[in-house]
Amino acid sequence: MNLALALQLLIQGILLGGIYGLTAVGLSLIFGVMGVINFAHGQMMVIGMYISYWILVLVGLDPYLSLPLAAGAIFILGYVIQSTVVNRILDFPEAMQVLPLVAMGLILENLALLFWGPDHRSPSTALGLATFTLGTATVDVSRLIAFSLAIAFTVALFLFLKKSAIGKRIRAAADNRLGAQLVGIKVNRINNIAFGLGAATTGAAGALLLPLMPVSPHLGHDFTTTAFVVVILGGMGNLLGALVGGLILGVTESLATLLLPATLKQVVSFGLLVVIMLIRPQGLFGGRR
Amino acid sequence: MKRLYLLLGLLLLVLLLLPLVLDKYALGIFVMIFFYAYLGQSWNVLTGFTGHISLGHALYVGIGAYVSTFLAQKFGLSPWLGMLAGGVLATLVALSLGFLGFRFGLRGVYFVILTISCAEIARLVVSHIDAVGSFSGIFLDFKPGLANFQFRGNLPYYYISLGFMVLGSLAVHLLARSRTGRLMVAIREDEQAALALGVNTFKYSMTTIGISAFMTSLAGTFYANYVYYLSPNSMFGMGLSIDLILRPIIGGLGTVLGPIIGSFVLTPLSEVSRAYFAKGGLEGMHLVLYGVLAILVVLFMRQGILVYIKRALKPLLKLED
Repeated sequence: MNLALALQLLIQGILLGGIYGLTAVGLSLIFGVMGVINFAHGQMMVIGMYISYWILVLVGLDPYLSLPLAAGAIFILGYVIQSTVVNRILDFPEAMQVLPLVAMGLILENLALLFWGPDHRSPSTALGLATFTLGTATVDVSRLIAFSLAIAFTVALFLFLKKSAIGKRIRAAADNRLGAQLVGIKVNRINNIAFGLGAATTGAAGALLLPLMPVSPHLGHDFTTTAFVVVILGGMGNLLGALVGGLILGVTESLATLLLPATLKQVVSFGLLVVIMLIRPQGLFGGRR
Repeated sequence: MKRLYLLLGLLLLVLLLLPLVLDKYALGIFVMIFFYAYLGQSWNVLTGFTGHISLGHALYVGIGAYVSTFLAQKFGLSPWLGMLAGGVLATLVALSLGFLGFRFGLRGVYFVILTISCAEIARLVVSHIDAVGSFSGIFLDFKPGLANFQFRGNLPYYYISLGFMVLGSLAVHLLARSRTGRLMVAIREDEQAALALGVNTFKYSMTTIGISAFMTSLAGTFYANYVYYLSPNSMFGMGLSIDLILRPIIGGLGTVLGPIIGSFVLTPLSEVSRAYFAKGGLEGMHLVLYGVLAILVVLFMRQGILVYIKRALKPLLKLED
């Protein structure tokens, strides 16, 4: 096997894995607090990508600078979805909890199709093609930035949940909904914020991905499933597990291209998912439930 | 109850005679109504009665479509026999998926994700098998004839799909009334309690997923020979998996008439709105409406439309609850 190529793929895998980790952290947060799976997660990320794409094309602002706007818009989207739909279904039977969020994904995907059409769009950003060499391997600057920011955001979210007053309320609501209510926490509002935060991370991930891959309306569903795999790898509701799971999956998918055509790399990640679910359903690092 | 059966019999008679007054376009819409009602019924067996949520039922549609078409093209086997071969394969696949999932008591979201993953693996793998056309799929040659499962015009398809719907629903009705059916519902309501009472929940979960997959794959063969084109995305894709669960949920999950009523409401709406919006250049708009409708139904009519119809017809049919 070609070692230089393997090294190159390893670096690429780690860098992309950071972004996988970031979206998965959001999915894991939502599951940890509400106990529902956000089946619209990848579609939200795509909307985030399109928002930074729009800002780039209309105003010329680089995705890294428009990232707060994309994340903010998706935060609001998540907040609204939670307050209008998800808060009402938390006590429903599981089949009824799955459908509204699947439907939400369908809505977002097709709204993207209506607004931006079916074409793949790849905007040229300032750092789009910049690279530097590290020994024998080449590193894309935008991948490195995306990776660093993804890690930074995950750490920031983690600290926010650990230290801030709202973060503590979110953890309390996740731990025991009734108990949190009894001590005067407005659980519905905390849920809204938690869903908004989880959505914002995937919106931010979308902005970071924009320089790396062309955006199209149907991209979302692949990322939803990727985020599932990562979250189950790391343990449902375990945020740091999601980050590590993201790195593992990024590397696995990347190295799989040594042996398989690139379009089959997802088979490897789904295969990994099935194996993990069967031998360690609580995830590699233990989950919440 | 007697009056209910009488009413259903009358409705069936109407459906049998209806082609006398329908044109080709309207016949096509009815074929889709019956097709989706049957598909919804097949999914309903697993999720509606036993409560194991599958979001990957396209897997079995795909197996049914691809196996019968492959056997017909390579060996000239009649799709009627290929349909059974596909059904057997789909059942085996479902049993191994069920074995993995149920053995460890994977429930709820974990089982959902297992079903999605298996369908996606199948979609990606089929996309790379050249013998079945890889990404671009297979176009079926048009060779009309009963043995080839292909016909001129929509009329034969109308009666075949009606037969699927009626026989499928009858089978589910009989199953639901049997001892197995009662135990299936017990698993849905409280698997732990059923287990504690000595019900072999694993065995009944396996039985149901097998039946459900077999029924679903038959629809795949029908669909392949109705549209003459299969592709990995249309047959194994998540879009189909979502599409086929909407009707039973809107009609009434876990009831025999739910998928049928759901299909009679949703399918014409979907076909007509798809054509309408596509003409206005608004591709995808009908799916947005679909999504909104699904959310509204879950929020405000959780038990589906059937409950309301039953309530309205109660005095007429002398139904007990």
